[in-house]
Amino acid sequence: MSDYGFYLWGSYGMTVLCICLEILFLRSKKAKA
Amino acid sequence: MTSELYRYAAPQAFFPLAGKLVPWFSILAGLLALAGLYVAFLVAPTDATQGEAYRIIFIHVPAAWMSMFIYLVMAGWAGFGLAFNTRLSGMMASALAPTGAMFTFVALWTGALWGKPTWGTYWVWDARLTSELVLLFLYLGFIALKGAIPDPARADRAGAILALVGVVNVPIIYFSVQWWNTLHQGASISMTSAPSMAATMLIGMLLMALAAWMYSIAVTLARLRKIIIERERDAQWVRIQRNAA
Repeated sequence: MSDYGFYLWGSYGMTVLCICLEILFLRSKKAKA
Repeated sequence: MTSELYRYAAPQAFFPLAGKLVPWFSILAGLLALAGLYVAFLVAPTDATQGEAYRIIFIHVPAAWMSMFIYLVMAGWAGFGLAFNTRLSGMMASALAPTGAMFTFVALWTGALWGKPTWGTYWVWDARLTSELVLLFLYLGFIALKGAIPDPARADRAGAILALVGVVNVPIIYFSVQWWNTLHQGASISMTSAPSMAATMLIGMLLMALAAWMYSIAVTLARLRKIIIERERDAQWVRIQRNAA
């Protein structure tokens, strides 16, 4: 697996990052009341 | 039954229902993702020609499916709102767009990282890749257009027209691998023929796709609640809720 580590980590890592950012952004977003 | 459904077309009635559903869909998404990752990394065999790099497809294929599916649902809600002037439809379309854009970006990113070891390049201006990039621009355009119009009703109408015009891109993405000679491989799964991949690979991919689906529902409903509160801020039920909080 080591030969392809960069590509696998790059893919799964970015996906996790995107999900975390989406959830963080959603939780921090205050409705403009 | 029908009257129950109509009842939930009102933001006031849908708001608490969405709140109750979010944790269930979140838990389901987490469990399915765990099962999917277990199959993807510990059960599915190494691919005969692509080696370990193929394991990117457990993210890439579900993300690409969701990017197209969410766009269709988003355009459906937007079109429904345009035709019947229902308030919740426009809000639903707004709530779906960021998640759809996220999955489109993930599909493009993971596709590039799969392409490099498999094709020898991160990117080519191939029909499948380019039409998927256009989908990302459609999502971003939809979000930007709605954000640029202060009046929500007008923003919903303008966004709906853009979303409906953009629907033409979805079949182009899906059939691009059949219509043109592309570097991208054909459809991963066909409704009409037996799967060409190992059963465990298929199961892993379907579990991850279901996880992505449940995640999308959970995040969209959570976002919808924020949009409802923002848009209905002057309604009495929101004021009562705010004062109670």
